[in-house]
Amino acid sequence: MTHARTSPRPSRARVRLFRLNGTDHAALVADNVLLLDYLREAQGLTGTKRGCDGGECGACTVLIDGSPRLACLTRAQECEGHHVETIEALAEAGRMSRLQRAFHERLGTQCGYCTPGMVMAAEALLRRDKAPDEAAIRAALGGNICRCTGYVKIIEAVQEAARDAP
Amino acid sequence: MSTIRNVRDVVGVPTPLIDGIEKVKGQAQYTADLPAQGALVGRILRSPHAHARILRIDTAAARALPGVRAVVTGADCATTYGVLPIAMNEYPLARDVVRYRGEPVAAVAAIDAATAARALRLIRLEVEHLPAYFTADAARAPDAVALHDNKPGNIERAVHHRFGNVEEGFARADLVREQVYRCGEVAHAQMELNAALVDYDPARDHLTIWSTTQVPYYVHLMLARCLDMDMSRIRVIKPFVGGGFGARVEVLNFEIIAALLARAAGGKVALRLSREETFLTHRGRPETETRLKLGMTRAGKLTACACEVVQRGGAYAGYGVVTILYAGALLQGLYDIPAIAYDGYRVYANLPPCGAMRGHGSVDVRFAFEALLDRMAAEAGLDPFAVRRANLLAAPTQTQNGLRIESYGLDECLDWVERASGWRDRRGKLGTGRGLGMACSHYVSGAAKPIHWTGEPHAVVQLRLDFDGGITLLTGAADIGQGSSTLMAQAAAEILGVQLDRIRVVAADSMLTPKDNGSYSSRVTFMVGNATIDAARELRARLVAAAAEQLGAPAETIDCRHETFQAAGSDSPGLGFGEVARAALAREGGAITVKGSFTCPIEFQGGKHKGGAVGATMGFSYAAQVVEVAVDIDTGMVAVEKVWVAQDCGFAINPLAVEGQIQGAVWMGMGQAMGEETRYENGLAVHASLLDYRVPTILDSPPIVLHIVESLDPNGPFGAKEASEGALAGFLPALTNAIADAIGLRVDDLPVTPDRLLEALAKRRRERRLAASLAEVA
Repeated sequence: MTHARTSPRPSRARVRLFRLNGTDHAALVADNVLLLDYLREAQGLTGTKRGCDGGECGACTVLIDGSPRLACLTRAQECEGHHVETIEALAEAGRMSRLQRAFHERLGTQCGYCTPGMVMAAEALLRRDKAPDEAAIRAALGGNICRCTGYVKIIEAVQEAARDAP
Repeated sequence: MSTIRNVRDVVGVPTPLIDGIEKVKGQAQYTADLPAQGALVGRILRSPHAHARILRIDTAAARALPGVRAVVTGADCATTYGVLPIAMNEYPLARDVVRYRGEPVAAVAAIDAATAARALRLIRLEVEHLPAYFTADAARAPDAVALHDNKPGNIERAVHHRFGNVEEGFARADLVREQVYRCGEVAHAQMELNAALVDYDPARDHLTIWSTTQVPYYVHLMLARCLDMDMSRIRVIKPFVGGGFGARVEVLNFEIIAALLARAAGGKVALRLSREETFLTHRGRPETETRLKLGMTRAGKLTACACEVVQRGGAYAGYGVVTILYAGALLQGLYDIPAIAYDGYRVYANLPPCGAMRGHGSVDVRFAFEALLDRMAAEAGLDPFAVRRANLLAAPTQTQNGLRIESYGLDECLDWVERASGWRDRRGKLGTGRGLGMACSHYVSGAAKPIHWTGEPHAVVQLRLDFDGGITLLTGAADIGQGSSTLMAQAAAEILGVQLDRIRVVAADSMLTPKDNGSYSSRVTFMVGNATIDAARELRARLVAAAAEQLGAPAETIDCRHETFQAAGSDSPGLGFGEVARAALAREGGAITVKGSFTCPIEFQGGKHKGGAVGATMGFSYAAQVVEVAVDIDTGMVAVEKVWVAQDCGFAINPLAVEGQIQGAVWMGMGQAMGEETRYENGLAVHASLLDYRVPTILDSPPIVLHIVESLDPNGPFGAKEASEGALAGFLPALTNAIADAIGLRVDDLPVTPDRLLEALAKRRRERRLAASLAEVA
């Protein structure tokens, strides 16, 4: 049987500089470490989820310079000089962001496992398009699988967040 | 039981999940998110052979590898496990024989993932190959080798049930039709990967497991059995769980393996499975062939049903016996059918074991039933709605196989979807390649007979009031995203007359919470909901007694609403909750803990015939749906444009969650109907990723418009029944019926992938040409 996560070969590590959730950050990062593992294991940012063996499900979606990216297909070292944002950065002073609140109140989340990736993909959309139509929402979330909701309430949540935008 | 007071403050109100904030903020900790400092990394070696006798497993080199702390094989556990006491035939690690590609044969715990992976590669497995069978037909062939010695012919269970006079029923029918339907095997594909974290304390011989389970109690039972430990030395904790859908309703091999590794290593082991391994653990809905024969009068009244079902169950028993019994039992309970013959065969094959999946046992048979009914309605010139209405039940009633029906809202469901979809005005007028189809379905609200008969109630809930005035609700029920903890908090708050956030739920930790059988067969709302009401009534009585003393009024005149206790007819401002709580604590000598329970009465536990307990429940949910499709006959693509669905869930305690559950169920039915299918090449899973196993994306998913019907079940909590499974099965036939309406082609095999539809269209063209040329010759 093949294992998706095989042994990382011995690799060089360098100090990398990048922004993580708004804070400048210098860290010793092995060249072959995936951003997903770096966030979860080194930084304890477990909000970003692993749902597959690489690029299948969207659960690990984070923002890099505001664009949605899969942390499981991105090496941490590639983030040098860029701004990485995870689900943990969205709340303001511990309070849910507008988008998070809409997902919560409209039940855009059931089991919650796809939610961080889904919310980050929607966040990227709302930053570039303040009033997306339904087709734009579907296009933006096309790479994020949810197994609970049938997506109906996810679309409603994004629409509500857009509607309530200042 | 349903009437507490007429006004309802908390139940019936759309309520966001009480644990939803953690989820949207990324703070919810699932098993793989739990702190695991110092934990060893577990890895499983899986069989590359579909069926083979194990001659030798050489682990010496792996054990000698620096950094390896434990290696376990089948030699480390000689005890079988399984969810049904009558069918425990699986070892956590194969002993003597491997029966499917991907079956665990050894496992290691090492200081890091790289070392664990290297250790796996050092293990040598020597085998002698045996013939392997990948279809039910091959496994049932006369010369086939038995996978299990006690099951000749590879039949795990054959069921033969007869109710009513079937021959007479067919004889008096005006129309009799028979058809074979096939459904591919499907998997839950829950988003969270399987994982377990186990901490073993060798000094105290105590083991704690955090796992991705729907059934902490069954995990507890099987760990105690396989590790031969006293249950009190084991603690099972269910953290946040990322979906279940039935994948996690029995203990799974990786949970026992993680425990074996932790004990062998004398420490903490984190075992996290890949997506491929999660697929290999399987337990999904089996590949099913249904041969169905129905008899009907000119007016559309059913006279008889004969049904033969063959399920390819995979290599081990799991829930198999229950699945094949459900398939027959749930032919009943939806319509009034005077005579039913059922023959079911659950077959072993050299593939990952199947198990329970949302709509357990009922889905593939319901597809066949509703598809054939639609075809016969068309042949008889009857409207599909009229045929359903000709066969409605009238509650209260009892089916021939002993299923009791106390509430029945199917007629109302039919009325709503017919009206909302514009069925009468729009059907047949949508233009080329477009169509409408409809179907009905139902499901149980919990199995009335428990799997393990212990003499205890079906559900127990505790409530505790202490000095801070917060009310702690202790339940073993596993919230897996369906919102059970929220529902229990609502039920308790309603009875107690307090705000929802005064209730804090502690769930699914065996050291703290009472036993619960788990989140399966849609039992939690009905059973644990009723137990919650029972507990809340007890606590309420204690509070009211204290308030009565303070107010100097008889207890029976006192009500509590909006956290205020008041005597009826009194114009005093009453007493606040805090005041009454303090008085009650003083009166009772401190912390008040009460218990509530629920037991399904024996008369609900099914027929007397063999297997009669399966299908028996205290309440059935009912659903009807209409599906609108657009079919492109050049590409074979089917697009679902819209779905209208109505479900009778008795009473929606949390309408927001009920909506989410119904939408999710319909959509999961869509996945099965349109694209999902596990596939194996010589037993090798070739579907085992979310790219190859085609779960619908948001781009494929239609608007789902729904309506909740509330039939107020006399025994349900506030009248509630299940809401999560009943609507799934109806989607499959509603889709194929819509395709038939759109292009006149009846699809009998699922999923309706474009290639399958093109093939069916080509077949129809060939048949039409043949018929035309024969007509010419004539």
